[in-house]
Order: sequence, then C-alpha cells, then structure tokens
Amino acid sequence: MSHGAGAADLHHEERPELQHHFETPEQQFESGKFGMWVFLATEILLFGGLFCAYAVYRALHPEVFVYASLFLDRVLGGINTLVLICSSFTMAWGVRAAQLGQRRLLIVLLGLTILGGLGFMGIKYVEYEHKWKAGLLWGTHYRSQADGHALHHGDAGTEGHGVAPDGHAEPDGHASEPGAAAEQAAPDPRAGLPPAAAAALPPTVPVPEGRTFGDGENASLIPPAAVGPVGVRPPEPAEDDDDLARRLRNEPRNVHLFFGIYFTMTGLHALHVIVGMILIGYVMARAIRGDFGPRYFTPVDIVGLYWHLVDLIWIFLFPLLYLIE
Amino acid sequence: MTTLDASVPRPAQRPASDRDNYLTHARGFLSWAFTLDHKRIGVMYLVSTLGAFLLGGLLAMLIRTELLTPGPTVIDADTYNNVFTLHGAIMIFLFLIPVIPAALGNFVLPLMLGAKDVAFPRMNLLSYWIYATGGIMLLGVLLTGGLDTGWTFYTPYSTTTNTSVGLATLAVFILGFGNIFTGVNFITTIHKLRLPGQTWSKLPLFIWAQYATSVIQILATPVLGITVLLIFIERVMGVGIFDPNLGGDPVLYQHFFWFYSHPAVYIMVLPAMGVISELISVFSRKPIFGYKAIAGSSLAIAIVGFFVWGHHMFTSGQSNLAGTIFSILTYAVAIPSAIKVFNWVATMYKGNIRLDAPMIYALSFLWLFGIGGLTGLFLGNLGVDLHLHDTYFVVAHFHYVMVGGTLAAFLGALHYWWPKMFGRMYNEPLARICAVLVFLGFNLTFFVQFIAGTKGMPRRYFNYLPEFTVYHQISSAGAFLTGLAFFIILYYLLVSLVRGRPAPANPWGGATLEWQTTSPPHPHNFPEPPVLTGPYEFSALVFDEEVGGYVLRPERAGGAPSGAEGHR
Repeated sequence: MSHGAGAADLHHEERPELQHHFETPEQQFESGKFGMWVFLATEILLFGGLFCAYAVYRALHPEVFVYASLFLDRVLGGINTLVLICSSFTMAWGVRAAQLGQRRLLIVLLGLTILGGLGFMGIKYVEYEHKWKAGLLWGTHYRSQADGHALHHGDAGTEGHGVAPDGHAEPDGHASEPGAAAEQAAPDPRAGLPPAAAAALPPTVPVPEGRTFGDGENASLIPPAAVGPVGVRPPEPAEDDDDLARRLRNEPRNVHLFFGIYFTMTGLHALHVIVGMILIGYVMARAIRGDFGPRYFTPVDIVGLYWHLVDLIWIFLFPLLYLIE
Repeated sequence: MTTLDASVPRPAQRPASDRDNYLTHARGFLSWAFTLDHKRIGVMYLVSTLGAFLLGGLLAMLIRTELLTPGPTVIDADTYNNVFTLHGAIMIFLFLIPVIPAALGNFVLPLMLGAKDVAFPRMNLLSYWIYATGGIMLLGVLLTGGLDTGWTFYTPYSTTTNTSVGLATLAVFILGFGNIFTGVNFITTIHKLRLPGQTWSKLPLFIWAQYATSVIQILATPVLGITVLLIFIERVMGVGIFDPNLGGDPVLYQHFFWFYSHPAVYIMVLPAMGVISELISVFSRKPIFGYKAIAGSSLAIAIVGFFVWGHHMFTSGQSNLAGTIFSILTYAVAIPSAIKVFNWVATMYKGNIRLDAPMIYALSFLWLFGIGGLTGLFLGNLGVDLHLHDTYFVVAHFHYVMVGGTLAAFLGALHYWWPKMFGRMYNEPLARICAVLVFLGFNLTFFVQFIAGTKGMPRRYFNYLPEFTVYHQISSAGAFLTGLAFFIILYYLLVSLVRGRPAPANPWGGATLEWQTTSPPHPHNFPEPPVLTGPYEFSALVFDEEVGGYVLRPERAGGAPSGAEGHR
C-alpha cells in the first residue's frame, strides 16, 4: 500500500476502473460493498418509521385493519410477491454471471430483472386504480364502503362512481347504521361558529376560521380527543355473501387511516422499485459496453444488494397489509 | 509560545504559495464546484455553514433586541415567531449539524487516516450539493410566507398553519440525505482506508467521535426523513396520520421527531467532544488520559442516546412508566459524558499547558458543557421537569450544550486547523482576547436565563411580565458582546489569509497524521508517505527553530526515504 510510485501505479495503469484514492481493486470492491450495506441500514430505518406507525395504529384501531383488509386483493398481492422473488433470483444469478464473465447471460438476466420490476409496477397500477375508483383512499378522500361497491372488482369503473373522490367523503368516519351511509354526509359537525359566540370571545384569541367541534350546548373550540382502541370484533362464523354484506355495513370509524398507511408504505416502496430499475438499467448499459468480468463486477454486486433489500421490504409489506385476516 | 508569535517572521520558511497545494492546484469556479477533493469540499462546507451561522446569528441578535423591553420593541409578534423559528432551524440544520463533521471532518478525517480521499468522493460532492440545495430551500421560506412552528414542526399546528411548512419540511428531508451520505462515507472510510498498521486503538479520538456521529447519522436521520415526509403529505394530500380530527395521533409525531432529534443533539456534540480530546492533549503536551474510556464512551453515548427521546415528552401525556424509564435512561447517558470530562481533566493534570486560543476554547468547553450537562439532569428529572418544561431554563440548558459545547469546540477546532487549511497563522493575541470575550459574553447571555426560567419565564414568548425585564436586558447585553467577538474573529481570520505569517507544517505539535503533510496540504494529501506514529505520541516530535514548528525526530523520520516501504 505504498503512497509513492511503484506497484500501486502499475495497478492503476492496468485497471482503468480503479479510482485514484484506492490502493488495490480489492480495497475498492470492499469499500463499495461495505458502503452499500451501511446505506441499506438507513433504508431499513426509513421504512422502520412507517412500520412503527403501522404497529401503533394497528394497536390503537385493530378493527380498522380487520375491516380494511377486506378490500385488498390477495391474489394480485401474492402474484406481485412471486414476481419480485423471481426478479431477486435473476438478479442474484446476474451477479454470478458477471463474476464468471458471461456477458450475454448477464445482459439477459438484468433485462429479466427489469421486466420483473415493470411487471410489479403494472400489477400495482391495477390495484391502485381499483382503490382510486372505489374511494379506498386516505384522509378525507376516503369514501364509506358500507354499500359494498368496492368489492365488485370488474365493474368498479362502469358503475358510475366517478374517478375523483367526491363530496360524500366522511371526515369523521361515522360508525354506520345499516343503509345509512348515504345520509350521513349531510351535517358537517364543524359548522360555522355563530356570530354572537365569535363576538363574545376575547379579541386577542384567534378563532381558527370559525370552526367548532360538536354542536348545541356542547360546541367547543377544542377538538375531541382521538378515540382509543375498541377491540377486535369476534371472528365471523362464515364467509357467505350475507355475512360479507353484514361485515361491510359494520364499518368502523377512521378506516381511512389504514389506507393512508397503505399508500404511504406501498408508494415509498414503489419509488424504491423505480430507483432500482433505473440503477439496473445503468448497470445493464455498462454490461452491454463490456465493463464487467471476473476482475471487476462491483456495480452489479452493490446494485444487486439494493434490489434484494427492495424485495425484502415487500416480503414484510405483503403479509402486514394483505394477510391481516 | 513566544516562538510562534505572529509578529516574528520566519525567513527560513518558504511561502506556502510557492508549493503546489490543494488551494492553488486548480483555479476557477468550476474547479471548486465539481471538485472531488475532500479538502475543497470541506472548505466549501465551511464557507456555507459560516454563512448560515452569520444569518442565524443575526436573527438571534434580532430576538435579543426585541426582548429588550416587554411588549413590541422592534418587530410584531408574528414576525417574532418567524424569527425564532428560523433562528432555530438555520442554526440546527444548516450550521450545528454539518459544521464539525462535514466541514472540518471532511477536511481532516482522511488526513488523519493517511488516506488520499474519502471512500466515495463523488458521493461526498453530491452530499455538499444536496446540503446547498436544502439550505437554499430552507432559506426560501423567508420569501414564501415564513415559518412559525418552531424548529420542531409540532403537529397539529404544523399541518394547519398557512406558513411555508411544506417547503421547510421538504428542505429538511433533502438536507437529511446530505447527512446520510456523509455518514456512509465516513464509516466506510474509517473501516477501509486506514493506513496499514493503523489499528483501531491507534486512531485519533476525533476519528472515534466522528465514527460514533456517523452511526447516529445513518440510523436516526432516515427516521426524521420519513417523519417530515409524513407532515408534507399530510399537508399536501390530507393523509391524516397525525391529525386528531381524523383519528390520527399527534403524540406519535413527537415520538418520531424526538427519536431523531434527541440523537441529533449527539450528532452536534460528539464531534465537538472529539475535537476537545485532540486539543486538550496537544496543548497539555501529554498523551490523552484514558484513551479507551473516551473512545468507548463516544460509542456508548451514540447507543444510549437512541433511547432517551421520551424525556422531551414528559408533559405530552405519555404514561408514567414510560416517563420513568426515559428518566432513568437520561441519567444513564450522563455517565459516558462525565467519563470524558474526567479524562480530559486528568489529561491536563501535571501537563505542560499552553493557553493558545484553541486551548482557551477547549477550557471554555469544559466549563460550559459541564454546566449544560448538569442542568440536563434537572430536566431529566420527572418532577423538576414539570416545573421547568418550556421555560427559559430549557433554552439556557440547550444553548449551554449547543453553543457553549459545540460552538466553542468548533471555534477551537477552526483555530487549531486554520493553519493547516489555509497555510497562514492568525493574530494569536487577538484570538486569545476574543476567546475570552466569547466565554464571558456567552455566560452573560445565558446564565441569567436559568434564573428567569426557574422563576417561570416561558420560552418562545414575545411578551413578558415587567419583573423579567432585567434578566432579558442582561441577556441581550451578553448577546451583543458575543456577536461583537464573532465579528472580530471573522475580521482577523480573513486578514490572516492575506497577511498572516506562513504556517509551518506542524505549528502546535500535534502527533496526528494531518500535521505531517504540508500546510496547506498537497492535492493528494501526502507527497511523502506519512510515518505512522501514535496519535498522542508527542515524544516522537521535536521543535525545529528553523522551520518554526514541530518535526519528527530524525530517528523516527529516518528509514523512510521516498519510494521505500520501510514505514510499514
């Protein structure tokens, strides 16, 4: 590891991929791989925050998760899991091909991996589209599912529900009476503050855009506290149609929380899939140029590590989101 | 240290500008903007963070001016909210977090390892530009509606206020990536690019501190990233994860936020501790006392620091059990900090102490960090915290840690490495006066805030009762004094760039490897392979009158003529 002239410079002339501040190709390879592992630790912590939010809300509102899981398509989710596992396999095989200098095989395998990523995104698109049309969305965009419209997969688009989430979103997610879903949208509990009440307030206290919570004598500027856990409902005896309809009608409050978490987690994961495909595309371009062989395959290896992590996160997301019940 | 007086010229010394160094190696804006040289990236970070410090400092002066009298003095209440929020956000995200690790660490860390660069130079450059982008976005809130949430972005206010929270959270998200890249780079560099023979027990303690800092950066920063991202999408898309109206839990936000932001305190203070370990040892001419204890306590702080975040939430409605556990863990994290302080004091014992400017800063660090750390124990106590929470006592406590600790250490480090970075000596007598001024001004500013806080002065208030006037006025006077000292420091440092005496390679007698290369260093760091000495092996050095600085003893320097590999 001489810093002056000598053996190291000879290496640098022979090995154009060796950067000037590394002494040996081994050191460069190990540094690259080590750095990627360290970076993967940050990725895990990034998703860790979301997994933590998932755990907290599942503990606070278990009924929301049980109910919302009715609307996730296990078949599509399962297929996507298989697609990703297969793409992980082709990626791992690709690293081996690079190490053995099998250039054509490497290119084919990287192509298959990108194809797997595209397939995953395509299926994800189908799932997202269905949820979007059915109003299975986050926050105030969520639409009550008590009438069961979301479960008619094929005709979700033709039923005239409209693409954009519309007016009858339910900010407070009332616990539904059977058949009452349509009427519930009418009175907004946060109606305008009566002018007399506003005048009675001390002038220095800013009134938040005339909002109050509750009505009548109980009207207050202070929002009600969040509702705590209400426990899991007893398991349902059978899976026939009537039973499903009954379960749909028993819609708990705040189902949108699940979809907020669902879209954040799967969205962030999808973003990682896209980044992974771009990285694999870059490695593939270099493979076509003939950069890799038994002596130099670092980029293939570390991009492969990243791709496996993206797969691994999905392996956790799938059961947590799709296989709740 | 009369031999190093700035006024004595050294004719034997060749001017630094004659030699090829990293500053003169290439010229022009692009040669800086696209440089892969860790030294240049460090200098770019230094200039940027100092710019942020200037802005944050001016905002602090505005706060202190406003608080000279009760009620409106120079600005109105809404502006005041904006000013203290931006003061906090700029100082923390743009100055304190990057200043020692990214600015000085980037410059010094590879040199200390005898390496030619960090492991990933391109990622290093990227992290700087991410920092610059995030910094510009954060400053962009000044033009797009301001920011009045406090630097903590507490929900639900941050998701409902109409100020520029979206842009600010996006900026913080982006800045986080810069930190993560720096952390990944440093950890890999320390693991893989050390000089052969430089084992973990021969690393300078600054490296150990940087290592512990980087571990926190890579593990805590992504959690902050996801947290501010959730605020962003809550504001933009209406995802109700933290909104109590939609069944969300605002206290969860506080957990997420402090899971990052408490370790972030150690991101700011651990590198400072690393600097102090170097300064105390070099300016006492004594090997550091308790090397392993100091190195291990850095890691202990990094690890335990992850489990104390709940002490920011004693009054937020967490359970008594959780509060008790967090309180105990908070006390536990004081132990490794105390271990360091005792070892520093033991290092000075019977040492040959020289009161150069860096050492004065190191001594102020011991005092100020001591006070800051001990008042932290008051706040970590469940019962006492109920009284002191959200008062000026807290403000004084964290300023003693952040300004008294990190800033004092940064100034010490800046003076210590200034000759190495720019090849010039600054005006030493003036530097000593300013170091004392900063110490006095700082204490004047913040010590009275402990008293005001104990008497019930709440933090972040625009207005206050007349009985607090005297505390605020003393505090403001101290702030202006400190501000004046900073401008004098800026003045003589800039003057030294033009008129300073050329610096020898090793003006202070440091035994770490960065002092073996020229001042300023060669573009590739070491024209001759460095001779591996122990980081605190001062016996290997001898003062050379002709050079005006320290050199290796001939018997240590010998046996390694250029090209030979005898040093291994």
